[in-house]
Amino acid sequence: MSVDTAAQPVAETSHEPELVQLLTPEGQRVPHEHYDSLVADVTADDIRAMYRELVLARRVDSEAVSLQRQGELGLWPSLLGQEAAQIGSARALRPQDHVFPTYREHGVALHRDVDPVRLLALFRGVDQGSWDPAQSHFHLYTIVIGAQTLHATGYAMGVQRDGAIGTGDPGRDTAVMAYFGDGATSQGSVSEAFIWAGVTNAPVVFFCQNNQWAISEPLERQTRVPLYKRAAGFGFPGVRVDGNDVLACLAVSREALQRARDGEGPTLVEAFTYRMGAHTTSDDPTRYRLNAELEHWRLKDPVERVKAYMVRNDLADQAFFDELSDESDQLAERMRAECRSLPEPAPTSIFDHVYVEPTPGLVEQRDGMAAYLDSFADEEVHQ
Amino acid sequence: MAHISYRQALHDTLRSELQRDENVLLMGEEIGRFEGSYKITAGMLDEFGPKRVRDTPIAEEGFTGAAVGAAMLGLRPVVEIMTINFSLLALDQIMNHAAKIYGMFGGQCSVPMVIRTPGGGGQQLAATHSQNVELFYAFTPGLKVVAPSSPADAKALLLASIRDDDPVLFLENLALYNTKGEVPDTDEPGEIGRAAVTRTGSDITLVGYSRMAHVALQVAERLAADEGIEAEVVDLRSLRPLDRQTVVDSVKKTNCAVVLEDDWLTYGIGAELAASISDGAFDWLDAPVRRVAMAEVPLPYAKPLESAALPSADDVVTVIHQTLDAVGRRSDRVGAR
Ligand SMILES: Cc1ncc(C[n+]2csc(CCOP(=O)(O)OP(=O)(O)O)c2C)c(N)n1
Ligand SMILES: [Mg+2]
Repeated sequence: MSVDTAAQPVAETSHEPELVQLLTPEGQRVPHEHYDSLVADVTADDIRAMYRELVLARRVDSEAVSLQRQGELGLWPSLLGQEAAQIGSARALRPQDHVFPTYREHGVALHRDVDPVRLLALFRGVDQGSWDPAQSHFHLYTIVIGAQTLHATGYAMGVQRDGAIGTGDPGRDTAVMAYFGDGATSQGSVSEAFIWAGVTNAPVVFFCQNNQWAISEPLERQTRVPLYKRAAGFGFPGVRVDGNDVLACLAVSREALQRARDGEGPTLVEAFTYRMGAHTTSDDPTRYRLNAELEHWRLKDPVERVKAYMVRNDLADQAFFDELSDESDQLAERMRAECRSLPEPAPTSIFDHVYVEPTPGLVEQRDGMAAYLDSFADEEVHQ
Repeated sequence: MAHISYRQALHDTLRSELQRDENVLLMGEEIGRFEGSYKITAGMLDEFGPKRVRDTPIAEEGFTGAAVGAAMLGLRPVVEIMTINFSLLALDQIMNHAAKIYGMFGGQCSVPMVIRTPGGGGQQLAATHSQNVELFYAFTPGLKVVAPSSPADAKALLLASIRDDDPVLFLENLALYNTKGEVPDTDEPGEIGRAAVTRTGSDITLVGYSRMAHVALQVAERLAADEGIEAEVVDLRSLRPLDRQTVVDSVKKTNCAVVLEDDWLTYGIGAELAASISDGAFDWLDAPVRRVAMAEVPLPYAKPLESAALPSADDVVTVIHQTLDAVGRRSDRVGAR
């Protein structure tokens, strides 16, 4: 007898699960006993603002992909398909809440007022990250999978120590949001972050964008239970939300962040979504996944469903869509122009950020390099 | 003899070892369906099936530790870690367990596993994906560390590593995967712990391993053609055990040496070599042993900054000139021409 030892997925991970949904893929608002109240204040203006951010996030992304194709960026990890998960969750944040992203949260960055050109500068490799996380409350990108969940937990412990939770002051109580992927849940660091946050009741929301893939590895490779169910074992709530439904992501994130701010501890949110593009611009997903799957998810598009909802309910006229399209074109145009004119860094800048106070040894190395480079400048002059 | 790439040599060797010994199995992220980040395991999932070619969760400590356990049972797991940088997540399993179990458990069970992993900067992968931390493993008794620079050595040393009864860290290099060379058809394992003189010369000894052994050869050829300087090149091939004798013998012949390394200078492998040379050939040395290494900074992502931080062939030439000038040997040479 031969036994296949590869883990079989439990039914729930491969089928559509029970998840929180407020907007159907067709743009129909469906009632929800619990979550309706969390978005009761959302006005037509808010819906339009949300839609605008979804459109701009998608445009930032597609523009960056084409800049990479033209050789202007070294690499770009696309957020295509994950706009609603990012914009919905980001819109639930208060200014003082602090975000720890992976490398794919360009939509959250946009909402946190990080200029997309700063993201381009990073991926063009002219700087090592040039937005101020203290100001935007949006941390720099982390590439070693899972590590930022621990950093978020530690930051949340600091928030706790500062007494910035549970005061009832909406301008003071602070939550921390850690973004990570489905693949990241396999890392020990993520489990350890869950443990820490659980036992210290830290004000952190673990926002997992389950986009079904970790490069070429499907979800079944990482888990046998739906990811949100893992939270129970660590002693805090977990919830699965339709990650392509911006309104549901807003509602679920608002609840989780408020729990954190109120001192009630962590929550795991699993936003069930799909990575519509390649893992990064250096990947070719046609080698490992089926087109049918892509087509299936295309019908659940996170941007189109909001448009359908708006049209259905007469929330915007043609002028709104036209203006937005112009705004989006202008943004793309500015990204192209500013990306191409980003200044190249000086070679000696490699020594700039090794220590807060450079050590004598490094100063010596830097001066040595400067002198060496100067010797070429002289040569050019004399020739 | 076949003229093939370093990548192909690794692929063919893994495949023939999987065919030869059913206890050999492969484990790692993306090695199955995706065929490995660098395509070393292309076609193997189809040929050998998911029990012997295992796509693992993104859990480096997890699958490295599981390989340690499987090896204790007598399997011969060959683990692929996407880059040596991610081996840091598995450091405890490698240094505290794979390297210690044989000794700490009184020689009752050994850990015949291989960890294949590439190092190497210069690919614009940024600071946490571009380090060369083989030093940590070379520093650790109980581990063997091999670092071939040619397709032939890649084959011979991979055969030896898989058949070795101790844990072996097998260092590959991103910049070497596409380099080509002659590879013998026979399955003759190489000897772990034996350096090679890959070029003979009498003016100066250049020592390197992995990519820098390659750079050393290129520089030596250039110096011979342009300046008539004959450098001898020693390719270490193995970092632990370290073949000090071959290095010392070469220096006794040339009386000076430059050590090339692709990592940070302070406490580096070059420091060990410089100390070994002064121990073994002090009376033969005409000049201090010099080291060429990268700037002591986290490697930047930006291309021009990355190039500024990494040691280049020009840097090596400069240091060779300085060394030869210190012993007055270059002026002789240039004067003679
Ligand atoms: C510790 C570590 N191991 C491996 C990698 C290589 N890697 C980069 S992205 C990725 C997949 C991550 O998948 P997931 O967490 O689902 O996030 P997604 O890319 O889908 O957003 C892997 C394995 C890494 N960056 N860090
Ligand atoms: Mg994923």
